This record gives sequence, structure tokens and C-alpha cells, in this order.
Amino acid sequence: MRPYLAIVSARTRMLLQYRAAAIAGFGTQLFWGWIRVAIFTAFFQSGGAAQPMTLTDTITYLWLTQALLLLLPFRIDAEMQAMVRDGSVAYELTRPADLYWYWFSRQLAARVAPTILRAGPLMLAAGILFGMQPPASWLAAGLFLLGFLCALMLSTAITTLMAISLLWTTTGDGLARLLSLVAQFLSGSYVPILLFPDWSQPILAVLPFRGIMDTPFRLYLGTLAGPEAACAMLHQLLWASLLVLLGRAILARGVTRMVVQGG
Amino acid sequence: MAAITVENLVKTYTVAERRPGTWGALTSLAHRRQREVHALAGVSFSIQPGELVGYIGPNGAGKSTTVKILSGILVPSGGSATVLGRVPWEQRIAHVAQIGVVFGQRTQLWWDLPVTESFDLLREIYRVPPDQYRRTRDELVDIMNLAGLLDTPVRQLSLGQRMRCDLAAALLHRPQILFLDEPTIGLDAVAKLAVRDLVRRLNREQGLTVILTTHDMDDIESLCTRVILINEGRILLDGTLEHMRQMVTTERRMAIILADEATWIEVEDAQVLHRDGLRLTLSFDPERISAAQLIGDISSRYAIRDLYVENAPIEEIVAQIYMDRTA
Amino acid sequence: MRGTLSLYGHYIGVSVRSQMQYRASFLMLTLATLLTSGMEFLVTWSLFDRFGSLAGWTLAEAAVLYGIVNVSFALAEGIARGFDEFAIMIRSGTFDRLLLRPRGTALQVAGSHIQLLRIGRLAQGLIVFAWGVGVLEVAWTLPRVALCLAAICGGAALFSGLMVLQATFCFWSTESLEIFNTMTYGGVETTQYPLSIYRAELRQFFTYIVPLATVTYFPVLAILGRSDPLGSTLAFQYASPLFGFIFLVVCLQVWEFGVRHYHSTGS
Repeated sequence: MRPYLAIVSARTRMLLQYRAAAIAGFGTQLFWGWIRVAIFTAFFQSGGAAQPMTLTDTITYLWLTQALLLLLPFRIDAEMQAMVRDGSVAYELTRPADLYWYWFSRQLAARVAPTILRAGPLMLAAGILFGMQPPASWLAAGLFLLGFLCALMLSTAITTLMAISLLWTTTGDGLARLLSLVAQFLSGSYVPILLFPDWSQPILAVLPFRGIMDTPFRLYLGTLAGPEAACAMLHQLLWASLLVLLGRAILARGVTRMVVQGG
Repeated sequence: MAAITVENLVKTYTVAERRPGTWGALTSLAHRRQREVHALAGVSFSIQPGELVGYIGPNGAGKSTTVKILSGILVPSGGSATVLGRVPWEQRIAHVAQIGVVFGQRTQLWWDLPVTESFDLLREIYRVPPDQYRRTRDELVDIMNLAGLLDTPVRQLSLGQRMRCDLAAALLHRPQILFLDEPTIGLDAVAKLAVRDLVRRLNREQGLTVILTTHDMDDIESLCTRVILINEGRILLDGTLEHMRQMVTTERRMAIILADEATWIEVEDAQVLHRDGLRLTLSFDPERISAAQLIGDISSRYAIRDLYVENAPIEEIVAQIYMDRTA
Repeated sequence: MRGTLSLYGHYIGVSVRSQMQYRASFLMLTLATLLTSGMEFLVTWSLFDRFGSLAGWTLAEAAVLYGIVNVSFALAEGIARGFDEFAIMIRSGTFDRLLLRPRGTALQVAGSHIQLLRIGRLAQGLIVFAWGVGVLEVAWTLPRVALCLAAICGGAALFSGLMVLQATFCFWSTESLEIFNTMTYGGVETTQYPLSIYRAELRQFFTYIVPLATVTYFPVLAILGRSDPLGSTLAFQYASPLFGFIFLVVCLQVWEFGVRHYHSTGS
């Protein structure tokens, strides 16, 4: 456990040094969040019928998206990319810790600090300036935190999978990118899942990706409560576990392949 | 008229200081501390056209800062410099058209393209008239023996081959001054000799003014008559190699190859510096005993296979100067 | 000027030959951009599917906006890619080499990486645009065609300017600001929708400061023959792509300022 914690704290310290980038990123996100809200507001005002989500809820949802944007499996940390590319990944095999969990905690570390550092100020600013609502209740807030943790695991499992697929160079690279795009799109970061066409809802309900954003957000809004909430979090954890197992299996294949080919 | 005149050049950098630890990192977010680094603290010299000058000093001494200022990349904090009648950083484009720069570790050629295409692109960039370009290029290809390499992508060249191509590339526009920064670093012995030979030829035959910064003392010994030694932003010495040697010591060395490993040499007026199997190095002062006397003395008393006389290595001379001057 | 074009032409040749050596990754990149931009239009499509219209605009009309801005952006991405990769150039010290050549730095940076065939986004933008104007049966007159081309070129200039700005930041901070990418991608997303849905301050920002609306909304109004609830005149709509070019010129001035700063502080 300790080596993994050490990794997280070292990365956090490194990330704290990038002050200009942090401020710039924060400002830009406020700006684009504002734009997104304007777009959706205009849509709501144009459409007449009642929608699966209210405008107020949608606005909060959009700000949550900005706040937790760094939770998305955008990309694998660049260091890892370089490492796999130039073959020094072979050194990773000599480390005493289990390789999968070592990579997992790296991805986790790369995600946790920036996400939380960005989320706090953004939610505060959005709440004060832009009409973002607080959680529906204390229960909702608690469930949101739980859902966030599960989402973190899920997202990390996906990025770890992406990292592992890099062992297959060109094909892996393409697959990783594809996975990343699909995950982002179907997580609710572009459009709240419920606002997607009605016919797509059953499919989206089964896929793992909504667990990254949509699930914790609806917990926050209180629209996902009681037994449904528990179900949703179970869904997150189930998929996370599945992806972890898949990742471990593929990594084992990849390692054998590398060892056989001599890196 | 001097090709390069430098007067009291000063360059100071402000560097942000980072505090260690997590708490340090957090406080750095709020307030940054800064400190000043004096890269150059008043450097003056002048170089005449056609000179081949060695510019040496330890890492961080201010060598690359000087070269950057003279090539027009960097603006000094104080002092003045004139290269070929221009202030380098004030007339960048006119200035760089007259100089060539080669960095030992970085190539300026396009990685994926054949050498000849890089050359063509440079012709376009430097606006060299086509006939002049062809003549110059053919000449350089001939001198540097590049004919077989022209169609090879740069990434497939060996380090030695790349260095020769970089040298040619830097001269395609017929600059009057050439700055060489560590040109022989990482090269094998043959390639080093080739590069040195080329530089010598260009300097002697074409009157190219060359400023060479290097750590390799063999480069200096084989190429430069004049050496400028810089340390901690100040010039310690500006003169010939001989002058430099004499400043420090008159000591000379004698290397002896023994015929028999068991032999032990003992000579008065000479000191054994080190011994490695059959090889032995003596140090002596020619003012106390001449080389001829020492040779006669040793060869009459001991069985030796070979011997030769050499100067104290430049590295030691230079190190001695640093210690003397900066202490 | 002729020397500049000639050199840029030379750079294009170099980059094409260079890229042809890496065909696999070229295809991969095309696929990736095709998918990303495809998904962006899926978003627009789903929202129109649910809500029916947006501030009086139909999906087809939004498609015209979408098409124009994506084509502009695709062109800019291709031309100004060197600025995108500038952070690496600074970090590896390659920029010093550019300063050692008797040419403008902006030109050299622009020439260092050219990817003229950003087919993914370009194709997708063209297809959506074609669909939109087809459905709407737009009456193409010569002025409208000229305006369309001007808007695309002005848009390319504008996005290039944004990339130049983004690169200029590298002179001050060594951190690679991936977050700055949202400036360009976010800009695309914003102007895919009619300007009229935004508040006054935002509209002014996108008209006068980062004049994205002048290369999308206003020209498209003229092309579609729509009246503008914001009250812009036809003359303004026709002249507006100019702002894109002016923006680029301003950005290049900021770039020069950045280069001067680099001159005095080194790397």
C-alpha cells in the first residue's frame, strides 16, 4: 500500500508547481461552462415539451461536468506513453510490486490531485456566480462522494486499459484513442445522458461509461435515490472490476508477448 | 578591423527558486522567491578576421552564454558587442546571414529527409543565388567527402557523418564567421581527426574566422593558436597555448616503455608520476635537467623499448589556472 | 513576400514527403479526427432531435454553421500545426536554431510541421455543410460564394492566430498548456450555434475580441438570406471575415513580443 501512496503524494507535489497552468485552466473552464449553459438554456427555451431533466438540473449537471472534467479518461499520462514507446517499459517488469496495480495507481495518482484541485474552486465559483445548485440533500451529497469514488475507479480502470493497449503500438494506440473518445462521449460529458434520444437510453444504461460522470451527477441532483442509487453504484463497481480483470488478463498477454519478442 | 569586438559584456538571469517539500510547493503557489545568476560578469576581447580561437571553460562558466550573445540569440544585460560591424541582437536577420553555427549535439538538418534536400531547403532559407549555391555545395561536398551521403536520410547517418554534413550545411551560405560548439563530442577517433582537419583547412584556405568552444583539449591543441579561458563569467586568460603553459609551469613529461617489467627507475631531478605495467611516466623540470640529458641518463642505465617527451596535459594546466585565479 | 511564399511552398513539400513515410499513423490520425468531429455533430443532432429547434434555427441551418467553422478549423490545424507543437520546440532548444536563420520566426515555426491533409475534420465539415445547404436549397450567387470562401479563409486565419497565441505563451511558461486547447476546440463548439443565443457580453467578446462570430454567424446569415435578430446589416455581414485576418495580424504582433522576451531571458 505504501509505495502506491508514495506515488500519489510525489505526483501531487509535482502538480502543485504548475501554477500558471492551473489558473489558466480554471479560467478557461469557467468560460466554457458558461457557454455550454447558454447553449442548453437556449435549447430548453426553444423546445416546448417537458424533458427528462429540468433546466435547473441540467445547469447544475453541466457545471459538475466542468468541475470534474479531469475525471474523464482523456489520455494516458505522457510519461507512460513515452515509456512504452521507447521500450523502457521493460524496466517496469523488474519492479517488486504487481505491475497492473502499479500502473493503476500511477493513473489514479495522475487523476486524483488535479481533479480535486480543479473541482473545489470551480464548484464554488459556479455556485456563487452561475446558478449551480448545491446537492439535493445531505444524503445526496454523501451518495455523490461515494459515486465519485466509484467513478474514479472506473475511469482509472479505463485509462489503465488504454495504457496496456499501448504495448501493441500502432493498433493499440488507435484502440486507446477510440476507447477514450467513446468513453468521453457516452459518459455524459458532452450531453447529459437523459437528453440523448429516447431510443438510445437502454443501451446507454448498460454500458459502463455513464458511470464516470452521469451516475455521480444524478446522485448529486437527487434524481437517483434509494435502491436505484445503490443499483447504479453497483453497476459502476461491477464494470470497474470487469475492466480491471480484463486489464490484468491483457497485460499478462502483453508482458509474455514482450518477453518473447525481447521488448 | 576586428571581426568580433566584445566589451564588458554582462548577462544576469533571474531564476525562480523552488522550495522543497509539499508545504514549499503550496507556498510557492502564492509567492515566488527569486535569485540572480551572473552568467557573464564583464567579458572583453576582440577577434581578428581569420583567427581560430578556442573558447574554453568549465560547465556553467559562461561559454554558451557568450556564444548565444555573439550569434544574436540572446540580449546581454550590459556591455557591447560588434560582429562584422553589426550589433548581433539588434540586427538579427542581417547578422545571422553572415555567420554559421554548429552545435555538436544537435543537428540542424531535417531528420527524415535526405541530406541534399536539407541543403536545398537551407539554400532557400538563406536566399543563396542558385549558381553560387551549386558551386559552394559542390566544393564543400568535395572537401568533406559527402558525395556518397547526399541521398541518405539524416536519421540514418552515423554521428561522424552527420557532423560533417552539419559543418557543410553551416557553410552553404558562405559565412565569414563560424561558431563551433563542442563539434567533436561523441565522435570516434577517426571522425574527430576528420573534423579537426576540415576546420583547419577551412580556416587556412578560406580565411574562415572560427570560434571553437570545447571541453576536448586535443581539439584545442591541434587547432588553436589562441585560447580564451573563461570561468564564472570572467575571462581568466586570453593568449596563446604556449603562454598558458608557461604561466603555470615549465614542467614537462616523459613517457617510457620499459623492456622488462621488473625494472624500477630512479632518477634524481625527475619524479615518477605513475606506473602501469611496462609504461612509466616521469615528470621533470627542463630548467634543472634538460630533456636530452635525461634521455641519455635513462637509456644508459635501464633497458627501455621506447620513450617520448610531452607537455603536461592541458587539462591539468587549465585546472591549475582555475584554482590559481578563482581561489 | 514572394520569398516568403516560396519558402512556405518548400516547407509544404518537405512535410508531405516526410509524412508519406509514416502512412500508418497518418491513417490512424485521420480516423481519430473523423470520429471526434463526428461525435461533435452527433451532439448537435441529438439536441435538435430532442428540442426541435434552437432560437429559430433548424438543424439544417445549424449544419451550415457547423460545416463552415469545422472546415476553417481543419485548415488552420493543418497550416499552423507548428505552433501547436511549439512547446516541444522550445524545450528541446530547436527554437534557437530558428533564430540563427535569416528569416522570420513565425514563418519558420509555421513551416516546421504542416499537415495539409487534416482530412478527418475537413471531410466531415464539408459533408455536413453540403447536407445543410442542400436541404435548405441555398441560392448560390457569386457574392455569396465569395463570402463563403472569405469566411473560411478568415476563419482559418483566426484559428491560426489562436494557435500562435497559445504557442506564444510557451515563451513564459514551460508547462505545456493542454488546457489552452479548449480555446480552439471550445471556440469551434461555441460558434456552431447561432450567436443570438448568447448574452450581450459574450456576443461582443466573440465579435470584437476573439471575432469567431465574424467568420461564422454573420457570413452565414448573408449566405442563408436570414435576417439577424441582433440587427447586423448586410454590409457588415459581407465585410466581417476581415476581422479574422486582423486578429491574426494582432496575434503575430504578440508573438514578436514573445520572441523579444525570449531574446533577453534565454531558455
